[in-house]
Amino acid sequence: MKKWVFWLAALVVLAAMESSLRGLIGAYNYQIVILVGINIILAVSLNLINGYTGQFSIGHAGFYAVGAYTSASVVVYGGPAIRAATAFLPQTAQNAVLLLLGIIAAAIAAGIAGWAVGIPSLRLRGDYLAIVTLGFGEIIRVLILNIDAIGGARGFSGIPQLSNFFWVYLGVLITVVTVHNLVNSSYGRAFISIRDDEIAAEAMGVDTTRFKVMSFVISSMFAGIAGSLFGHYTMYLHPNSFLFTTSFYLIIMVVVGGLGSIEGAILGAVLVTVLLEVFREFGAFRLVNFSILLVLIMIYRPQGLLGAWTLFRTRKPAPATK
Amino acid sequence: MARRSSLFVMCLLGAALVSCAGNSSDQASNEIVIGEFGSLTGTTATFGISTRNGIDMAIEEVNKAGGLLGKQVRVIVEDDQGKPEEAQTVVTKLITSDQVIAILGEVASSRTLAAAPVAQQSMIPMISPSSTNPRVTEVGDYIFRICFIDPFQGLVMAKFATNTLKVKNVAILRDIKNDYSVGLADVFADNMKQMGGAIVADESYSEGDTDFSAQLTSIKARNPQAIFIPGYYTEVGLIARQARRLGMAMPLLGGDGWDSPRLTDIGGEALNDTYFSNHYSVDDPSPAIQNFVSQYKAKYGETPDALAALGFDSANILFDAIRRANSAEPVKVRDAIAQTKDYPGVTGKITLDANRNAVKPAVVLRVRDSKLEYVETITP
Amino acid sequence: METFLQQVINGISQGSAYALIALGYTMVYGVLRLINFAHGDVYMFGAFMGYYLANIPWIKSGVGTSAAGAVFVMLGAMVLSAGLGILIERFAYRPGRGPTRFTLAFWLGLLGAGGGQMAGQTFTSVVLGAFAGIAAGVVLELLGIRPVRQESRLALLIIAIGVSLFLENGGQQAFGADPKFFPQIIPTTSFKVGPLDLDSQRVIVLLVSLVLMVVLNIIVNYTKTGKAMRAVSFNLDAAKLMGINTDRIIAFTFALGSALAAAGGILVSLLYPRIDPLMGVMPGLKAFVAAVLGGIGNIPGAMIGGLIIGMAEVMAVGYGQSTYRDAIAFVILVLILLLRPAGIMGKGMIEKV
Repeated sequence: MKKWVFWLAALVVLAAMESSLRGLIGAYNYQIVILVGINIILAVSLNLINGYTGQFSIGHAGFYAVGAYTSASVVVYGGPAIRAATAFLPQTAQNAVLLLLGIIAAAIAAGIAGWAVGIPSLRLRGDYLAIVTLGFGEIIRVLILNIDAIGGARGFSGIPQLSNFFWVYLGVLITVVTVHNLVNSSYGRAFISIRDDEIAAEAMGVDTTRFKVMSFVISSMFAGIAGSLFGHYTMYLHPNSFLFTTSFYLIIMVVVGGLGSIEGAILGAVLVTVLLEVFREFGAFRLVNFSILLVLIMIYRPQGLLGAWTLFRTRKPAPATK
Repeated sequence: MARRSSLFVMCLLGAALVSCAGNSSDQASNEIVIGEFGSLTGTTATFGISTRNGIDMAIEEVNKAGGLLGKQVRVIVEDDQGKPEEAQTVVTKLITSDQVIAILGEVASSRTLAAAPVAQQSMIPMISPSSTNPRVTEVGDYIFRICFIDPFQGLVMAKFATNTLKVKNVAILRDIKNDYSVGLADVFADNMKQMGGAIVADESYSEGDTDFSAQLTSIKARNPQAIFIPGYYTEVGLIARQARRLGMAMPLLGGDGWDSPRLTDIGGEALNDTYFSNHYSVDDPSPAIQNFVSQYKAKYGETPDALAALGFDSANILFDAIRRANSAEPVKVRDAIAQTKDYPGVTGKITLDANRNAVKPAVVLRVRDSKLEYVETITP
Repeated sequence: METFLQQVINGISQGSAYALIALGYTMVYGVLRLINFAHGDVYMFGAFMGYYLANIPWIKSGVGTSAAGAVFVMLGAMVLSAGLGILIERFAYRPGRGPTRFTLAFWLGLLGAGGGQMAGQTFTSVVLGAFAGIAAGVVLELLGIRPVRQESRLALLIIAIGVSLFLENGGQQAFGADPKFFPQIIPTTSFKVGPLDLDSQRVIVLLVSLVLMVVLNIIVNYTKTGKAMRAVSFNLDAAKLMGINTDRIIAFTFALGSALAAAGGILVSLLYPRIDPLMGVMPGLKAFVAAVLGGIGNIPGAMIGGLIIGMAEVMAVGYGQSTYRDAIAFVILVLILLLRPAGIMGKGMIEKV
């Protein structure tokens, strides 16, 4: 199968599902499907840092926030000008252009944020790195709280709804394919070598700093894309959506599914999102049971439900955690 | 290439799995289902709980009296944990999964603002009992509120400070994280200046803070005659305590966010000589209010705060509209709500104006020895 | 100038609150090299235990606000929290160091109780669920399901996050999500020193945290247990080979740390008498920053770190924007880790290869 055939088929399938899905399953389930998609992007991208490169970031919500707010501001403040420039296009195409510009801006801004955080942080290891990324995530949130043009503490409202099933799952597809190809390339082997033994990797001539920063930047860019899709779906952003607890839940998705496995991250994102939604009527109790499950999984199966298991055995499975 | 396709298929499978989960909307036709969302957990949990209590009471009353249009009323309550994005999810759920015909909620303006677009898009009427930020009802013609708005409340307290307390130099301590507080502080400041007063200090804090001594010390250095604190009771008690501790004896002023049976638990003595504007006074001798207060006390063992009263009123206004529309169809109910005029609620006579806001008088209460005393009523 | 000095006092009282939490944090980290995210939640638990003890009728009426009542409440909460700390250590962290029994039974029992509550919402269903869970756990363990020895500290970190989420959400269920108001078990009297306003509670909090710091320092540096703690911290396996009962030492460390957290919870709740199940999250993180700032594992360092963070926050609020308050601690954290990762008082630590 040629590449373009695959992508074309994917676009057709997605478009067909977009047009029928909401009617088929109702708006509430549709919304959950969207949230699942956004969480898949976040979990798969976080897995690049935490699972493949063996670094530990609990600041993913920060990059997610940067993407969401950047994209929303581009669309809200640049929207009229962009629409005027693309006035010759039909409404749907205008929306697509607007959303794509927002997504690109989000990816770039989040990537820069990832780079800025990555450079200093990567001098640190293990739990120090973890706590610094958490700190950066909080600093980003507090900065957003203080920018009045994007709503500050009161939240950013009036964002047009541009993203839908089609865009979110296109984003999922691009993320999964990119990360999949990346980890199966020479870059990916460099990431994994850093995870398995940083000193040995360095001794073998792997520029560990460069690859660590690279995994941070790529991962942040996808988090930014997820943020953009999120903001343009919910039409309202609030800094409280990006607390460090959000990062915690993302980590839970990654480790429940399996560190260092794309399928694991997807499974984790689907399971966590859906289970929390299905048991919604039990309120905080579901979160109590959920945290017990997390502890149990970590004690009895620290490599996650799937571990490094993958659908395709092109390489020997590596141990999940160092 | 097969790999890529398989991964893609996995994603779609995931999506399919979700769609299978939970699809139960079998609805008995002998009841009217309404939705309610609020913060039953999280830092502002008492708001959601008080409102729910009020709404439950109204529903119990109406069902005892035979229900509406010959049907029983059932409410489905969803907890948004005090998070705006949860508010949006649960309202979507209420509308599409539970197929409610109307929605009651939220207290906090930020959560109402997050959820309102969903109700507006789905054309389901939504009544906020107590979101006072003006932007709330600007979302669209399906969004209503039955309380006064911040510009009015700010005017009330500015009038009270100038005319009754006769103070000129006032400091403001606002909750910067809170739409309601920021909006109210701005309006108050404008009105004070128009009436010839001055704002000598304008400090801020964030919801959830516990230490306010830094802000209060800064304020103290400017020697204001009163401090306006348009926050929630959760912080106000602590602020009052810390202010008195720093030797600041001036009166403290606030808005309806102060009202809660818990306010004086925490503030205690420190709250003597403080005043706030509110939707109603429990001391009001009118039988409607006394009836409500005694029933509420019997049921929940607490004096109802304004949020409970507003929750009660919001449910009753909805019932009244359903009765007048003689239908439980969302569009007709919406039109009937919009025509609400002089409805005799616990929190005063409620008339909805063209902007779907309630026009009501406000009362000013004084705290003395852990009791709320009625001071005066200020009309629009 | 007066205002500035008053702000300094405000900073010290906020800082001593952080320092109290940081003391326990730094001890646990020093011994286990584990960021015990649950520490902030143990602090919350301590405050709630104090709240319930102080509201026991005969405490409330009989001893009231007397010193004996305050001491009883304080010690009671400390003992209960120490118990919680030991439970957490025993069933969440110890399994990672080697196979331990009944772990599965413990957690499945809790899970079953929660499931029972979700299914039936009656007392019987909860008890039945708990018993079913415990039985399932015992059976599974007999079938040979054993905890996996944790090679990485990160897995332990995630367990810590899980325990922390468990305590926060469980706290919302058990104590109620709405804020409660902590009784004033120690009466407060304000007094003036020159132009400055002080009060008895602030002084007590500062004094108690200083005393606890000294006591802790003595325990760690001048007792046999302390020596064992330092040995475990230096090298767990070597300590074990030297005949130290490392599990017992670690459990003792957790108990001590948790008791300190409870003391902190109660004293801070006296100053800021509003408690809720999420009250430990932010102070917990900031206290960890304070511990890192002072040099992790270093007891006077935690005190100094706490005071610096408290002071920095108060100054930022007093002379800047209050909204930056939550960022201050993290900016300090990033700076200190980049410039002097060992902290102010810490000795350099070499990452073991």
